[in-house]
Amino acid sequence: MQELRTEPTPEQIRDQKPYKDWGLSEDEYNLISTKLLHRLPNYTEAGLFAAMWSEHCSYKNSKHVLRKFWNKGSRVIMGPGEGAGVLDIGDDQAVVFKAESHNHPSFVEPYEGAATGVGGIIRDIFSMGAKPIASLDSLRFGELSDPKNRYLVDEVVRGIAAYGNCIGIPTVGGEIGFDSVYHGNPLVNVMCVGLMNQEDLKKGRATGTGNSIIYVGAKTGRDGINGATFASNEFSEEKEADRSAVQVGDPFMEKLLTDACLEIIHDHSDILMGIQDMGAAGLVSSSAEMASKANDSGLTMNLDLVPQRKPHMNGYEIMLSESQERMLLCVKKGEEQTVLDIFARYELDAVVVGHVTDDGMYKLTQHGEVVTNVPVSTLVDDVPEYVHEGRKPQHIVSPAKNDRPDIPDATATLKALLQQPTIASKKPVFRQYDAQVQANTVVTPGSDAAVVRVRHTNKALAMTTDCNGRYIYLDPYQGGEIAVSEAARNIVAAGGTPIGITDCLNFGSPDNPESYWSLDQSVQGIAKACELFDTPVISGNVSMYNETDGKAIYPTPMIGMVGLIEDLKYITTQDFKQAGDAVYLIGDTGDDFSGSELQKLLGQTTPSGTIRFDLDTENANQQLVKQAIRDGLLQSAHDLSEGGLGVALAEALFDRQLGFKGTTKLTNRQLFAETQSRFLVSVSAEKQAAFETLAGDKAVQLGTTTADAAVALTTADGELNADSNELNELYGGALACLLKSKD
Amino acid sequence: MKFAVISFPGSNCDEDLYYAIVDGLKEEAEIIPHTSTRLDGFDAVLVPGGFSYGDYLRTGAIAKFAPVMPALKAFAATGKPVLGICNGFQILTEAGLLPGSLQHNTNMQFICEPEPLRVANHNTMFTNDFAADAHITLPIAHGEGNYYCDADTLASLKANNQIVFTYSDNPNGSVDDIAGIMNEQGNVLGMMPHPERAVESLLGSSDGLGVFRSLLATFTRTV
Repeated sequence: MQELRTEPTPEQIRDQKPYKDWGLSEDEYNLISTKLLHRLPNYTEAGLFAAMWSEHCSYKNSKHVLRKFWNKGSRVIMGPGEGAGVLDIGDDQAVVFKAESHNHPSFVEPYEGAATGVGGIIRDIFSMGAKPIASLDSLRFGELSDPKNRYLVDEVVRGIAAYGNCIGIPTVGGEIGFDSVYHGNPLVNVMCVGLMNQEDLKKGRATGTGNSIIYVGAKTGRDGINGATFASNEFSEEKEADRSAVQVGDPFMEKLLTDACLEIIHDHSDILMGIQDMGAAGLVSSSAEMASKANDSGLTMNLDLVPQRKPHMNGYEIMLSESQERMLLCVKKGEEQTVLDIFARYELDAVVVGHVTDDGMYKLTQHGEVVTNVPVSTLVDDVPEYVHEGRKPQHIVSPAKNDRPDIPDATATLKALLQQPTIASKKPVFRQYDAQVQANTVVTPGSDAAVVRVRHTNKALAMTTDCNGRYIYLDPYQGGEIAVSEAARNIVAAGGTPIGITDCLNFGSPDNPESYWSLDQSVQGIAKACELFDTPVISGNVSMYNETDGKAIYPTPMIGMVGLIEDLKYITTQDFKQAGDAVYLIGDTGDDFSGSELQKLLGQTTPSGTIRFDLDTENANQQLVKQAIRDGLLQSAHDLSEGGLGVALAEALFDRQLGFKGTTKLTNRQLFAETQSRFLVSVSAEKQAAFETLAGDKAVQLGTTTADAAVALTTADGELNADSNELNELYGGALACLLKSKD
Repeated sequence: MKFAVISFPGSNCDEDLYYAIVDGLKEEAEIIPHTSTRLDGFDAVLVPGGFSYGDYLRTGAIAKFAPVMPALKAFAATGKPVLGICNGFQILTEAGLLPGSLQHNTNMQFICEPEPLRVANHNTMFTNDFAADAHITLPIAHGEGNYYCDADTLASLKANNQIVFTYSDNPNGSVDDIAGIMNEQGNVLGMMPHPERAVESLLGSSDGLGVFRSLLATFTRTV
């Protein structure tokens, strides 16, 4: 049956202002009609502007801040702006990576939201010409005492597993944290890493007048329409019903799409002028960006030719659909058949839908009529940029006094901390991910950083994601420095040299001055640390509006870092290797409890106090560990993070069921301090002298590993006494138990 | 020795198997598309893991209709070795080359972890490199690895020594801890664990190489 759909006229749009529901402001609408087009936009055009001018596509609220990032560095082949960033790793090879958030969809429809988050970032990686070799997930949820959050964890994890496992890209790591601020606003950030030969590098550009625009992959349906504007608004309970804004994924289709696109990139690079994923704001965003990046060439497409899943879709729906598993290619005129034949072999739709023009116009036709005709630059370049007002939050202007909690029983405190969901073993989650497909994974999830070797070389890549929102809430600048530093510490502990980062900036609404101030501060902190570690920001995304019913999350700028392990023999893991090895603590420990897990355990739900951090100390300690690994002196290296020394020591014992005996000048409470810049390393007896010479006063021996499972550490004001197997049981069982609870 | 690795749409362990043979065993291998109708000239056929046809309908259910399947059945009938791993095992049961079927894991979750196994029968062309009753560790990675067969089939599997690998700590609910079985003739083996992911100590275990070495030893003896 023919559906009768009457589109509003341009005058009705002007008067009734439906664009406001799509996220376009009245001022922006007026700018478009009076200054840019000099006429009223029609229904389709207004929709395209709303999507292209959304924060998700244009970064109009964050651009001003993002310019403060540092993205130079000698390894950078491609910085931000393309599908993903690219870094030189020698031997004419490059590593490609990017992270993206899928927070809003994962709250509304967690399984599909998380799955399509994985799918989207994978397309960004292979569109550059790289084979995706690993993915990592950084997840934040509300507390597990709430059944809704348990449901979200189950479904998000199932969605990530279903997509990643099926497509055959190992999920090698990531982290999961829990805090009540993420209730109603979970974070699902996915990072994908690809490997390529530098000669295969591709860009998303529609160049060469007359060249063809080819649509490939899944048919366009009505799923995900307005996804980009959906992600650019705050959330409210009523919007939870907004399920049509969530896409549905098909990893099997994406596997075929990946293989087919990589075949064309490898074998027919000469006729492929450009390739881009259809991500947020689907066909309009990919095509307009491809035209814009080709020095504002023009582009015309016939929407009747776009493969469609449903009949009677109008131009607005076709252009704004976020149906998954679709790519847009620009192919040399006359060579289209070669490309179409390859997709036919994979049984995928591939259709020439338009061509490149030289008039700088973005022109769409449907049913023989022109439905859009606007300059490409108005969609992409003329977006107004907003600098918002920032204000330092009151809890930072006058911070509460720093805690110095009394810990009479260190053993009991350690046991309790090991069962905190943020600290406890994530094995119940990680074992649902295929971490080993492609047979290159050396270090699987659960360690400081995952390690994936580069086949047929002596190199490996270390990768990690990190962010502690509790620190950033207290001090966004230093918290930003810490997020980068901890990621680098993870990479260094695994034996790598940090080479670059991607990020997902998860924040509250930019209209909230405190959120905006935090964003600006943390970006500056991240930039400062990146410059020091020589880790340029090569890609990333911004997710603002992480607010539900007016309540914002902690500012959570997730850092995804990649490191290069120049020689496989440098690969180092966190677990102690044998009895009789000396255990050293690198870095000084103070009474640092602001934002710590101990503070949270002791009932302080909202973190308080000030953060103490020194980037130079951090760097010096990392250089020490890096050198010790290169000198072959370390048996193990572990970064100290949430839960401090006590937790790190326990974790290092678990794998080989070892024990520990030692003495420290630290107090009971300092065992759980979260002073930054520290490592726990073990050294065999014969290497001790060499290590101590290298380390000088930066390292202090705490004790020795033992063959039995007894853990005995005497502190300045007490002692820690436990059985490492019992600790492991508590640590290993806590999350499964919390996820299963039925109350 | 020349191995064929069959690649179905959605297979994702085909390259891993290829490298296990070429880099690990240092023998010849070729990836054969599912549209191929001939397997002439190969000494063994490997059916890889992954998600053929997206696991849609049922694992292995669509792959059994692929154009390559008649050739695979003919190859198996010659008595030369056919090894199906993970999804390959599921395909072989769907195709009727092996008895029983693979159901969802009892916890209804995908499980990826190193799994301790016992070599229950080392007198086969797939396991002669292992000692009797050897205990080995191979990775598993599956959502549907819960082997099921009826009591009569199980009795005959036992009577004919067709149970080749068993789990030491059954992760998925398989009948009698079964991790791998072969056909009565002893030339078709299906197993859920991934030997191709365990061919070098760098990645945690080289126990899987024993499976490929066994095939090579059998081949070398017979030619």
